Amino acid sequence: MYGNDFPADDTSGGLLGEVEAAETALREAAERGRHGAAGADPAAYFAEVIAADQKVEPRDWMPEAYRATLIRQIAQHAHSEIIGMQPEGNWITRAPSLKRKAILLAKVQDEAGHGLYLYAAAETLGISRDELVDLLLAGRQKYSSIFNYPTLTWADMGTIGWLVDGAAIVNQVPLCRCSYGPYARAMIRICKEESFHQRQGYEILYTLAHGTPAQREMAQDSVNRWWYPSLAMFGPPDTDSTHSAQSMAWKIKRFSNDELRQRFVDMCVGQAEVLGLTLPDPALRWNDERGAYDFTQPDYAELIRVIKGAGPCNRQRMEHRRQAHREGAWVRAAAAAYAAKQAHKKEQASQKEKVA
Amino acid sequence: MTAHAEMTGPGAVQTAAAPMAVPNRFDFVLGLADDALVAAQRLAQWCTRGPEMEEDIALSNIALDQLGAARLLLTYAGEVEGAGRDEDALAYLRDDREFRNCLLAELPNGDFALTMAKLLFLAAYQVPLYTALADCGDERLAAIGAKARKESAYHLDHASVWVRRLGDGTDESHRRMQAAVDEVWPYTHELFTPDPTAPVDPATLRADFDSVVAGVLAEATLTAPETSWMPAGGRNGVHTEHLSYLLAELQVLHRAHPGASW
Amino acid sequence: MSEYSEPTGQPGGAPPAPLWEVFVRARRGLAHTHVGSLHAADAELALRNARDLYTRRQEGVSIWVLPAAAITASSPDEKDAFFDPAADKVYRHPTFYEVPEGAAHL
Repeated sequence: MYGNDFPADDTSGGLLGEVEAAETALREAAERGRHGAAGADPAAYFAEVIAADQKVEPRDWMPEAYRATLIRQIAQHAHSEIIGMQPEGNWITRAPSLKRKAILLAKVQDEAGHGLYLYAAAETLGISRDELVDLLLAGRQKYSSIFNYPTLTWADMGTIGWLVDGAAIVNQVPLCRCSYGPYARAMIRICKEESFHQRQGYEILYTLAHGTPAQREMAQDSVNRWWYPSLAMFGPPDTDSTHSAQSMAWKIKRFSNDELRQRFVDMCVGQAEVLGLTLPDPALRWNDERGAYDFTQPDYAELIRVIKGAGPCNRQRMEHRRQAHREGAWVRAAAAAYAAKQAHKKEQASQKEKVA
Repeated sequence: MTAHAEMTGPGAVQTAAAPMAVPNRFDFVLGLADDALVAAQRLAQWCTRGPEMEEDIALSNIALDQLGAARLLLTYAGEVEGAGRDEDALAYLRDDREFRNCLLAELPNGDFALTMAKLLFLAAYQVPLYTALADCGDERLAAIGAKARKESAYHLDHASVWVRRLGDGTDESHRRMQAAVDEVWPYTHELFTPDPTAPVDPATLRADFDSVVAGVLAEATLTAPETSWMPAGGRNGVHTEHLSYLLAELQVLHRAHPGASW
Repeated sequence: MSEYSEPTGQPGGAPPAPLWEVFVRARRGLAHTHVGSLHAADAELALRNARDLYTRRQEGVSIWVLPAAAITASSPDEKDAFFDPAADKVYRHPTFYEVPEGAAHL
């Protein structure tokens, strides 16, 4: 239904199984090898590598637009990890049990790590992390608009894990097969590490949904608030998506926005039933003909508004990041100054040694 | 020991020679646990605010270590007490007057220099403390000490690395780091208040602390201030004004839903 | 992950922290393997950042960091000249040789 990249039997290994399959495919493609080099016609060589499902590596020739698309996409992904720490970071100090506090802290910490893996992957394309961070802070590069919604209750920690991380995983698993090697490898590592993120969220919601009436209400309210923004995470509908066709041809992107959104909805319905919570969509029902659920589309006008900066938390998230960056400047300067002093001392010592 | 006796009733009065009675052991373990819990809460407040993204990860790691130690120690404290309180009951349902952490741990984070000064001093105390506990007669405490001392050694290393850089970095970083040491130093004395009946008498840890800290400060071109002010009281539940706010944030959700599971 | 990229400068402010490549030995007996890269002002910080970034899940027992600027890499354009000459030297591989029946321990 979704093309041959998804193994036929994806119920056994689940998404993690798909990540492993992507890793195996990567290894196999590497073993097939590729003789010859770019030579006189690098564009043809590039096309051959893509066609053979092999990986493009940092110093290979690549079309400028391919490079620019990857930088934009990887940077946006990295920024999303870093900004995405804030909504959850908001509840670390108030987590209702020490176990939950430890899990949440570890999760947010992972997100920082994932941001750094991704910045490193972007840097292989010839742009520095400092430049990317400057672009983010100047508002010239975006992050996922989902993080511009507020986390108002503890249940949001559950819903973010279940729906937001769930949607992110559905988006990211195909990226493990992206044609650009460093991005594919970063995504494999990230998807493996994130496998606990969604489960911990689901567990939080399950506990709340089976807890006191107040907890149950908290859980349902949270799902009501996050359902449509989560659907919007897959981007505008295919008819309006500007980047899709070329990205698919380059095998940066493997499935369309609408295909992934449908896949996500189909997964969530059963999971919501197990939770005993209701997805806030009266039109949600199984369509035998399509073999998929019919559902109400998110409000794309709202998505565009939030992307353009008018979400509830855009300004807060950016100011938080800018403040951390600003207030850390003297520390980074101190580290650089210390390193320079030590290097200078070492230099002098070695010169003295030479003289002696 | 009079302070402990006052808090736990006449039954807790003991002499140095007497075998350890339970209430005293409870207070001692609680002191260790609360140091770790409060330190974890403060470090967690840095999350998303670190001076660089790598440091965000490092501070979270240290917070996770402290939180892990706090959970082991609180669980053990609850068992020692024997009143059925688990880690969460002890963390979430005690008021500030019942907390036994040192004042150093509860001081607000301040700037990165202040946080590093706090971390340096706390780690330089926890390393010899946990090392001594690893060899003490209480098996549970010995096991916790053996695990936590490795973590504390890393915390000490991390703090030292940064104190050296800030102290011997730029003029501004030197000024901030020296100011941080000046501000926090008086709170270190409380850590070594003698308690000869404890599994490890904190007074015996002072020499180790002094030599490690003196080495780091010297390398960092910093000096410890001369001051006779020695604020204390944390081990007896008399805290700074800051702790109550810290606990308000830590406990608010748990207390809003009495008896709920999470 | 940042194979061979050149750190770029930044106008004004503190110089950007240099890039370091990180190698981790997963277990005793295995070689150090490239796992990714990171930024740090100096080697001491780089090693500590590597520990926190790449071994949060007990991925390693030993870490190397080295400045990315210190790596000299072969160019993809020279790939044929560098590596193809090895392709016809099949006699370097043990499977090239026929072992007579009955000969053991070879």
